[in-house]
Amino acid sequence: MEIKQGDWVRVEKDGTVYEGKVMPSAEGYVTLKMNSGYNAGFLEAEVTITLLESKPEEPEVAEGAAEKRALKVSSELPAKRSEKLPKVAILSTGGTIASKIDYRTGAVSSQFTADDILSAIPELREIADFKGRVISSILSENMESSSWENLAKAVVEEIEAGADGIIITHGTDTMMYSAAALSFMIETPVPIVFVGSQRSADRPSSDNAMNAICAALVAISDIAEVSVVMHGTTSDDYCEVHRGTKVRKLHTSRRDAFKSVNSKPLAVVDYDSRKIETLIAHTRRGEVPLKFKPGMETKCALVKFTPGADPAILDYYLEAGYKGIVIEGTGLGHVSTKWIPSIEKATEAGIPVVITSQCLNGRVCDRVYDTGRDMLKAGALEGEDMLPETALVKMMWVLGQTGAFEEAVELLGADLSGEITGCTLQ
Amino acid sequence: MSKYDYTELGLKAGLEIHQQLDSKEKLFCKCPTLIRDTKESNFEFFRYLRATESEMGEKDRAAVEQTKIRRKYIYRAYDSTCLIENDEEPPREINREALGISLGVSKLFNMKPVDRMNIMRKIVVDGSNTSGFQRTAFLAGDGYIETPLGHCGMDSLCVEEEAAQKIEEVGDTIIYSLDRLGIPLVEIATAPDIKSPKQAREVAEYIGMVLRSTGKVKRGLGTIRQDINISIAKGARVEIKGVQALDLIEEIVAREVERQVKLLDMREELLARKAFVCEEVYDATGLFQDTRSKVLLKGMKNGVILAAHLKGFDGYVGREVQPGRRLGTEFSDRAKTAGVGGLFHTDELPNYGITEKEVQALKDAIGAKEDSAVIMVAAEPEKARLAIEAVIKRAQEVLTGIPEETRKALPEGNSSYMRPLPGAARMYPETDVPPVEISRKYYECIETPELLTERAKRFTTDYELNPELSNKIAYSKDLPLFENLIENYRKDELVGATLIARTLVGLVPELRRSGVDVDALKEEHFAGVFAAISAGEIAKEAIQELLTALTKEPDTPVPEVISNLGLSAFDPAEIETFIEGLVRERREFILDKGPAALGPLMGMVMKEYRGKVDGKILSQLLKTEINKFISQS
Repeated sequence: MEIKQGDWVRVEKDGTVYEGKVMPSAEGYVTLKMNSGYNAGFLEAEVTITLLESKPEEPEVAEGAAEKRALKVSSELPAKRSEKLPKVAILSTGGTIASKIDYRTGAVSSQFTADDILSAIPELREIADFKGRVISSILSENMESSSWENLAKAVVEEIEAGADGIIITHGTDTMMYSAAALSFMIETPVPIVFVGSQRSADRPSSDNAMNAICAALVAISDIAEVSVVMHGTTSDDYCEVHRGTKVRKLHTSRRDAFKSVNSKPLAVVDYDSRKIETLIAHTRRGEVPLKFKPGMETKCALVKFTPGADPAILDYYLEAGYKGIVIEGTGLGHVSTKWIPSIEKATEAGIPVVITSQCLNGRVCDRVYDTGRDMLKAGALEGEDMLPETALVKMMWVLGQTGAFEEAVELLGADLSGEITGCTLQ
Repeated sequence: MSKYDYTELGLKAGLEIHQQLDSKEKLFCKCPTLIRDTKESNFEFFRYLRATESEMGEKDRAAVEQTKIRRKYIYRAYDSTCLIENDEEPPREINREALGISLGVSKLFNMKPVDRMNIMRKIVVDGSNTSGFQRTAFLAGDGYIETPLGHCGMDSLCVEEEAAQKIEEVGDTIIYSLDRLGIPLVEIATAPDIKSPKQAREVAEYIGMVLRSTGKVKRGLGTIRQDINISIAKGARVEIKGVQALDLIEEIVAREVERQVKLLDMREELLARKAFVCEEVYDATGLFQDTRSKVLLKGMKNGVILAAHLKGFDGYVGREVQPGRRLGTEFSDRAKTAGVGGLFHTDELPNYGITEKEVQALKDAIGAKEDSAVIMVAAEPEKARLAIEAVIKRAQEVLTGIPEETRKALPEGNSSYMRPLPGAARMYPETDVPPVEISRKYYECIETPELLTERAKRFTTDYELNPELSNKIAYSKDLPLFENLIENYRKDELVGATLIARTLVGLVPELRRSGVDVDALKEEHFAGVFAAISAGEIAKEAIQELLTALTKEPDTPVPEVISNLGLSAFDPAEIETFIEGLVRERREFILDKGPAALGPLMGMVMKEYRGKVDGKILSQLLKTEINKFISQS
């Protein structure tokens, strides 16, 4: 007899009887969800299974549940699409904020849509009139530069269609890269807000609700920049609004993993009072007209220099046809003297080389020590106080805009989207 | 004699026992299982929790009710807790020591383990778990125990993480301490085979004894908690949580039966009176504009007074369901879930500064007749509405039967409402921890400890301890110490099992009571003391003095303390000289009395050496000397 998932069965093992619903299971085991709610696994070879009730032939459980949820929400919240509320588009790309348990793998996966987010966090509907759009359903580690371009295109479409603000739900692993990419690709008259969560949405303690509510407040605010909104501390007290080019994930798991580096956050959003306090100057709503500048050169690399590292590493990229290189050097921005000829080889071949620092905090300065001065002579560009990842994305974008070395060098040295500050943060 | 015939009422009860395990590390992290003083907390943070949907797309009814009010949870962390307790890092794999202890326990209850243990998340949104769920896993089932009052099935054994300890509740804010969160515990549920309050206690005692037999469970207040599931045939299943003392179990069962019986009686009478609960909520704020009642005025400040009309309930709201608790108390419990302080009902009015006139005006306004009861709540509008709706719901339940619910045990044996019984919707898989295979081989390798009851019997036969002392030492937390010490002295003439047992369970507690810091005493102290006695260096009468001294200077070696106290000043040669002298001096007496001279002469020896040299040694020496003298003469 064929037993399938969802069937109600009796399992007998050594005279002990368990009843429950058949759940997905590892090879060789049958896993039951018992009436108590507990799951328990038994070796298939050692049990007798009796079918008590076959799972009704219905649409998929997941779909059924989603339908039920949607119905429930619409009945609870009469769809009063208030004209007064600002219009915000939620673009979902996947990630933890939009995650739930996947019963096939037993792991958390991204199957949540923008509508699911609205039904899970009903307070959002008091803040804005939302429109949901699914861009992708992938974990952020699977994103590529083409994903950034698709995302940017969708954002531009929504702004053109009248959105007063954009929220992008995104996995946190590579959120800073996507945020930097959109910072360079879009000149925006409205806020474009990235938001994610560090604890999955299925748990009562998830940071998703607070992050999403704060993101919505930023989306309808005056901060017309690409930003990342996440917890400011481990408490549910406030969120920080980070500039898309100045933010980095600095912790593997904490809620407040995201921090502005070499910059104060743009603002903080108090969760209780729902008030936004801006901390540094920002582009204001409507200050610049919408401009979309796609184009990304994928053959760019971020190379970390480590003590004794072979210059052949750098040579490899040159031989493999890479068009731009960002080096994450030590301290003020150094590599060993052995690397300098390879840097020279690159710049002579018209491949820009930008130097950033593993220190992350502080500004690169290659004019203090001989090594640094020799690096500059070899044509290396100081990445100023840019984050290495931002420098990489900027390199990709710059080389996507121009093939001319001189022009590229000029753009790389200029502050295009807040990625380089004039005065280093104290 | 009991008021009720439990068999006739169809009483069914089951126990759920939660016992903390004494593993070195917590269940899902490497932190020690250490309880701290909250003053030692070095970090604090706060969170809010939300009810979420299970994998089936349902929200747990208990979770929904508990998140009606937005509560703020403040957590105190320590240098002995980590990001996992803070819900800031995924859990580590399950602690193997705890799993081993749990499997040992399951064997003692004749249970059978699953082949693959799945760790679940049980939604708990009262803030006691930072994550909003408790990690728990069903490990074994289908066991049984036999006690004098009968057979009791053992339905399930789950391995769980302990919740955080509530420190304080201020308004809508609750403060928790994170030291306890994550300590492993076993949750053992019996089948509903218990048929009387007495049996409930007996089963609880037996389970407690088995758990302690492992020597691997935590001891002390709060380390074991009993929940009781109770129903009678015409009533409903009610879970009473948090019974801390064994002594209360009988009373709790008896009083829950009383509550259900009384509520069922009320139902019959109310139905006969054609009682009816109006669903309408009345706003009575306007009627009390000129009231002098301070409580009402306080509630009305920034708030409203809402009322409910219970037709035919007059006299019933004030009626007792348990000693000191009325139907009105049951209503009030429900209202409090909405965050209000309490309620007023017409059975207790006029009172609290509310006048007869005001009550009448209220009754008139909502059309309440003589036989009606009116309930009032004064609070902020949203809270008041939720509260009065909760009361209306509870009043309706009076007419339908006993509501299934989770209740909290109160100190005197009563219970108060906590939340609805949670359903299966509160469980979903913990995907951060992989399932654990329990292979047959592994299971068979788990050793089962000797039961304390059997151990006590063995002590009586093997060591000739009297049964009372055997029991005391077997159940004592110093059992491992006793067993280590007895190893060396079971055949010793001067020490012996009785002396060790009496010292540990008699003398030490006595010293503790008289204010001696006996916690400073370690195994090496006892070992040193008994070694000195065994070598004849000190008398057993000196133990009390020596142990007391050792508590004050626990780092000084035992022989040194003995010497400092002058306890070892008497070397055997000196005693022998003294006895020889005495025998010489009293030789007439000895020649006259023969061996019978021992008694009187012993008195003189003891006068000299009492408390300094063991009487047995003295007696032996004296006897030898007398015999020598007689044989020589």
